[in-house]
Amino acid sequence: MIIILFGIFLLALTVITALAIVQSESLFAAVILTGIFSLLMAANFFLLDAADVALTEAAIGAGVSTVLFLGALALTGEQERSGSKNRLLALGVVTITTLIVIYATFDKPRFGDPAAPVHQHVGPWYLEKTPELIDIPNAVTAVLASFRGYDTIGEVFVVLTAGIGVLFLLSARTTARPENMQPPKESHQGLRHYLVPRVVGRMLIPFIFLFGLYVQFHGDYGPGGGFQAGAIVAASIILYALLEGEEAALRALPMRVLQWLIAGGALLYGAIGVMGMLLGGNFLDYSVLASDPIAGQHIGIILIELGVGITVTGVLLSVFHAFAARGKV
Amino acid sequence: MTILGLVYYWVFAILLMIGFYAVIAKPNLIKKLIGLSIFQAAVFLLFITMGKVEGGTAPIFQDGVSLYSNPLPQVLILTAIVVGISTTALGLGIVVRIKEEYGSIEEDEIQERDLQ
Amino acid sequence: MTTVIDILSWVFLTGGGLFVFIGGLGALRMPNLYTRMHAASLTDTMGAVLVLVGIMLQAGLTLATIKLAAILLFLLLTSPTASNALASAAILSGLQPQEGTVRPGGASE
Repeated sequence: MIIILFGIFLLALTVITALAIVQSESLFAAVILTGIFSLLMAANFFLLDAADVALTEAAIGAGVSTVLFLGALALTGEQERSGSKNRLLALGVVTITTLIVIYATFDKPRFGDPAAPVHQHVGPWYLEKTPELIDIPNAVTAVLASFRGYDTIGEVFVVLTAGIGVLFLLSARTTARPENMQPPKESHQGLRHYLVPRVVGRMLIPFIFLFGLYVQFHGDYGPGGGFQAGAIVAASIILYALLEGEEAALRALPMRVLQWLIAGGALLYGAIGVMGMLLGGNFLDYSVLASDPIAGQHIGIILIELGVGITVTGVLLSVFHAFAARGKV
Repeated sequence: MTILGLVYYWVFAILLMIGFYAVIAKPNLIKKLIGLSIFQAAVFLLFITMGKVEGGTAPIFQDGVSLYSNPLPQVLILTAIVVGISTTALGLGIVVRIKEEYGSIEEDEIQERDLQ
Repeated sequence: MTTVIDILSWVFLTGGGLFVFIGGLGALRMPNLYTRMHAASLTDTMGAVLVLVGIMLQAGLTLATIKLAAILLFLLLTSPTASNALASAAILSGLQPQEGTVRPGGASE
């Protein structure tokens, strides 16, 4: 009962934050509120027994997404022009659709019902076969990396494509007319003159990086995995870029290395798949990678999660540098 | 229990429409992108809510626990979160280029300049 | 013994909640940014310490306690840094802290 009340409290906070986001006119405030919204959603997911999803939403939604939005805001404007044309029509459409969806939810199975259709076919099969075929404690990683490995290789390639797309868009030499761009800020020095954030930040960066590596390799035993780890490692290097300046971060990890990271992770994933074929199984069949099928599954899962983590780190860092380096006209 | 059990789905409907309102009614392009990410978060909430089993716990095998929540919706949403941030990053890149070329990120000003 | 630990952790958790509430109330009622941050920093320090110590008492001497201690250390390091960065940013953008207090009667000290 208490859990349900707490859940309703968190949901109410989430809805209030979403309303504040939509009606606030300062885009900067809206972006920070979006970070708070993502963190509240992560808390909701955790309350609904989705630990991996909560970690991913917190790392990617509340962490990296806020940085990307702020990077884009620095290049565009911060104030939204108020007033929209079709406000009443939009409100009408939205209200009617809400009522229709709420009417449709009365047919849904009761919350938490174990006899719901979603729990009948594949879900219990995955829970049953994971200790037998893959033997790792985290069922979500087992399903993500092994049972539904094709979906995950597709996802890695989506991340790769988005990284390539952003690099195409923002690496072109700017032909901007001078009156359109913001005046270049001298922010590429970083926070060089601010002692407290610099000292504390530099102290924390190795620990954040270490935590990212921990999350990467403990994805089998607890919540974790490649996506969360990629976001955390990227966050530590973004922190370094914010503190020391853009050039220092590009000296530490140049764009060439980032391009290798982006391609290398996807290549590693594909290579594991092809190696499965070369050793006699199907594409992305890990059981043939070692003499014991379960050990083969473990090897396959660790390597592909590593590939995922490497690509996600490379893409997030490249996108950040693409936005940050754009301000210097 | 039925009404309390439906609150999660109602919040899904409300969040969905808040995000959708931001996409259709706000002229600023970045506000539209933020509305789109709220819309996506509502869909994630729907799927994770459907995966919860009463009395179960997170699908990480431990001793002494026999009932687990369904791992399949969680796997789908993990993929969806990462795809969402990819599309947001690409959308933000396009918005930055639009600002450089058109000088504004308000939808009607962009359409005016296009018609010139 | 477990009852004593339970009661102690209840006291800590309720105290932490009280400090969080006071911090939030202060952030609402204070006049400008600097005083609001001063009130909100109450949440980050006393609120976080008391709530986390309460949970640590419940976890006993397991790995979870060490992780909670690490989280507490991280929070105590980063929250004051964030307040410092926020105040620096505010001064840079021109928001000056007000001198003295202004009473409704109009007289300032």
